[in-house]
Amino acid sequence: MLKSFADIVIYHWLKLQHGSHIADALNFYIYDIIKIFLLLTTIIFAVAIIRSFFPPERTRKYLNKKRTWIGNILAALVGIVTPFCTCSAIPLFIGFLESGVPLGVTMSFLISSPVVNEVALIMLWGLFGWQIALLYIGSGVIIAIVAGIIIGSLKLERYVEEYVYQMKLGSVELSQPTFRQRLIDAWEYTKQILKKVFPWVLAGVGIGAFIHGYVPVDLLIRIAGRNNPFAVPIAVLIGVPLYSNAAGTIPIVQALTAKGVPIGTALALMMAVTGLSLPEAIILRKVMKPKLLAIFFGIVALAIILVGYLFNAVI
Amino acid sequence: MVIKVLGAGCARCHETERRVINTLAEMGVAADVQKVTDMKEIMSFGVLGTPAIVINDKVKCYGRIPTTDELKQWISEEK
Repeated sequence: MLKSFADIVIYHWLKLQHGSHIADALNFYIYDIIKIFLLLTTIIFAVAIIRSFFPPERTRKYLNKKRTWIGNILAALVGIVTPFCTCSAIPLFIGFLESGVPLGVTMSFLISSPVVNEVALIMLWGLFGWQIALLYIGSGVIIAIVAGIIIGSLKLERYVEEYVYQMKLGSVELSQPTFRQRLIDAWEYTKQILKKVFPWVLAGVGIGAFIHGYVPVDLLIRIAGRNNPFAVPIAVLIGVPLYSNAAGTIPIVQALTAKGVPIGTALALMMAVTGLSLPEAIILRKVMKPKLLAIFFGIVALAIILVGYLFNAVI
Repeated sequence: MVIKVLGAGCARCHETERRVINTLAEMGVAADVQKVTDMKEIMSFGVLGTPAIVINDKVKCYGRIPTTDELKQWISEEK
């Protein structure tokens, strides 16, 4: 049905020639955008409702008595449904540590929350199929668990800025929302996210279409193909300063893989963009001393690179 | 009435502040709107996410942008 809508737009409204280059590209573009838009709306809405049952103060309560392993696993899983806005990173970080959640467990949450999110899941599902989407989520969760356990075992608490542990926290009691309220909130949230994400999707699909049509295959393969053993670390390095979100990156990643860039390299780029962003580092510097911040980023980068190589080897 | 908008200064916090001011204007209610960016003060309210709205020292919501309808309701409750 979507396909025929795209056909109507291209061949009847715009009266473009069947089979011409531009008609094919535009048809593809419109089809992709409508498909992504529908998927985004449904799933963001559904996840927003699920999420309303896991507010951060409840998560914190679940996690504060938990030890290594079980705590890290839970933290990483809850991170999937928790949205992560870089400006909320600090209150969350302080709030978790203050109430007795171990540093390693907090880190698992801090990694999983931005890397694994519903927008990434939907976009990967829509453009690559569910296998790749599951693969991405699975490896993101495993990176979060392992990196959190390592950081926890290194006993780095002294590299957290002192004031974090001295802070006196008030406690807040918000009334339990009714189901109607949850629906309204979820819809508001969906609208906000769509508004924010959609320009990125349009741009991303556009750039993807450009790569699709105009970037020569041999150039890309020489830089990022299987024969370049450094392609994965390079992709991660490129990803760090790029400030985008999953929605904008995935169409580009899709175009790259279509040109023959291996999937591991492409996913490593994506994880680096969402999980290792420079603005996040600048904000986290307020609560972490440089050494801890460097260890945090170092371990996550290393994990992403390993996963990249692993996928390239397996698939 | 004192309305505090808590947030370190991201786009979502600015949007929240804008909505508060517009809602007050629409209702014709006078209030002291304060923007709180100091992390220690933000944390003293116990919120785990920003933006957050505090009216007369009561936390109304956090971690999301409130709707205009919600703001109207809270403002008339606290007036």
